[in-house]
Amino acid sequence: MISRVEVQETNSMIREMNLDVRTITMGISLMDCAHEDMNVFNRNIYDKITRTAENLVKTGEDLEKQFGVPIVNKRISVTPISIAAGGLKTDTFVPVAEALDRAAKEVGVNFIGGFSALVQKGFTNGDRVLIDSIPEALAVTERVCSSVNVGSSRNGINMDAVKKMGDIILRTAERTADRGSIGCAKLVVFCNAVEDNPFMAGAFHGVGEQECVINVGVSGPGVVKRALEEVKGKDFETLCETIKRTAFKVTRVGQLVAQEASKRLGVPFGIIDLSLAPTPEIGDSIAEIFQVMGLEEAGAPGTTAALAILNDNVKKGGVMASSYVGGLSGAFIPVSEDHGMIEAVQRGALTLEKLEAMTCVCSVGLDMIAIPGNTSAATISGIIADESAIGMVNNKTTAVRIIPVIGKDVGEVVEFGGLLGYAPIMPVNAFNCAPFIERGGRIPAPIHSFKN
Amino acid sequence: MTRPRWRESYIKEELGLKGIITVLGKDKVGIIAKVCTYLADHNVNILDISQTIIQGYFNMMMIVDISSPTKSFETLVEELQELGRSIGVEIKLQHEDIFNTMHRI
Repeated sequence: MISRVEVQETNSMIREMNLDVRTITMGISLMDCAHEDMNVFNRNIYDKITRTAENLVKTGEDLEKQFGVPIVNKRISVTPISIAAGGLKTDTFVPVAEALDRAAKEVGVNFIGGFSALVQKGFTNGDRVLIDSIPEALAVTERVCSSVNVGSSRNGINMDAVKKMGDIILRTAERTADRGSIGCAKLVVFCNAVEDNPFMAGAFHGVGEQECVINVGVSGPGVVKRALEEVKGKDFETLCETIKRTAFKVTRVGQLVAQEASKRLGVPFGIIDLSLAPTPEIGDSIAEIFQVMGLEEAGAPGTTAALAILNDNVKKGGVMASSYVGGLSGAFIPVSEDHGMIEAVQRGALTLEKLEAMTCVCSVGLDMIAIPGNTSAATISGIIADESAIGMVNNKTTAVRIIPVIGKDVGEVVEFGGLLGYAPIMPVNAFNCAPFIERGGRIPAPIHSFKN
Repeated sequence: MTRPRWRESYIKEELGLKGIITVLGKDKVGIIAKVCTYLADHNVNILDISQTIIQGYFNMMMIVDISSPTKSFETLVEELQELGRSIGVEIKLQHEDIFNTMHRI
């Protein structure tokens, strides 16, 4: 029999600590939509997405009522468009992005991911067309998210792509300069991108995936924070045990929702992504967890260790709670989406360099960071190269979602609105790296990739 | 959109058959009466009920049988919420599985 204490615990997690299921993401393969004619292809993908995801939002809402837990986002990821649209005879994929946007609006999802290319070892013709289409595609669509994988532990880093993406990010920023350069908030550059990530903006439906799949991202920084407040001053064993226990409970909710969604939609369950994802709301912040752990601000000495503890124990607690774990599975540290991080930046506690160090021990990378609009493409490429190197050498996913805000400089603030939040412009190391980026070519695979 | 029939039968077969109702708010006359009347009107049987009043705040938990209600579960959730609003308390109906899953292995 369920006890009153258990019911109260669950419901106070939901009511007071922002426990929610962050996203139900339906992965849809577009492989069978291939055609060489743009109009036919766009009709194919629109029809397939709207048919397959017809009941996604309704099912999510029904499950919210059934279990009384908010399911914040319902989203779709699709086969990387550079592959799905590879057969098109065209020099732009912008109309494809527009078709994706229309499909997303028709089924009522707030983001659709997969305007993507995987170029860790080199470009296909489709990859080139896709990457060149990104600035325009992200400017004329509202819900389409784009990602480019430029490196992997297996293959090394494609430095031509790194160079190219510095330029593309800057062009995307310029193309959406009237809206705080928001296009860049929908563009992620990855190393070791995963194929089953349910979180945006980096979600795509990998080529190793099945026809259609349901992936779920859980969350709950607020629940972890509250639990840690109960063990203030206790040793690290207690700290870690508390995080594990909490992560277990949070993940169980995700598992339940994922299985139910999968059954009701008649779509196989893929994975649960064990990630602590903050939102701009008070009490839903990773930085607040650091403070409860004993750091004055995120960025203080000890922050990397604190994040490592948090990330590891969320996984240890979550793994047993779910039958399949995947995606990115780690704590996110997006600056603009976490009011505690924003505060730390504004107080001078948190710098780009410290954030880079933190990405060595968590997913995912330099995320939602606003930098001055006059930053050079080469500098952005340098930042991408550093982050990719961390991912390549440490066998982990890293990413860069950085926003050069055109017309703004250090000290100013850019407002994105909604889940994307707002961000203070952070200073960037201004020393030149252009000759390094200009070299071009590939960084060979690291020695530890040779495992066979 | 009409609910596909397989879904109704699926919910009954695969999920447990119990719902948990929690009522939170300032104590006043007739809260239980109103909730119970609503449940009786919709063929929802009360299996267990417990309540406490701490510093004037009413806190009730009910376990109810939802195997054959006259309306869909989602509608019951909405109407109970609405009923709560009309009498100034928070009424929540949830499927028992969220608690089972979170607290039992």
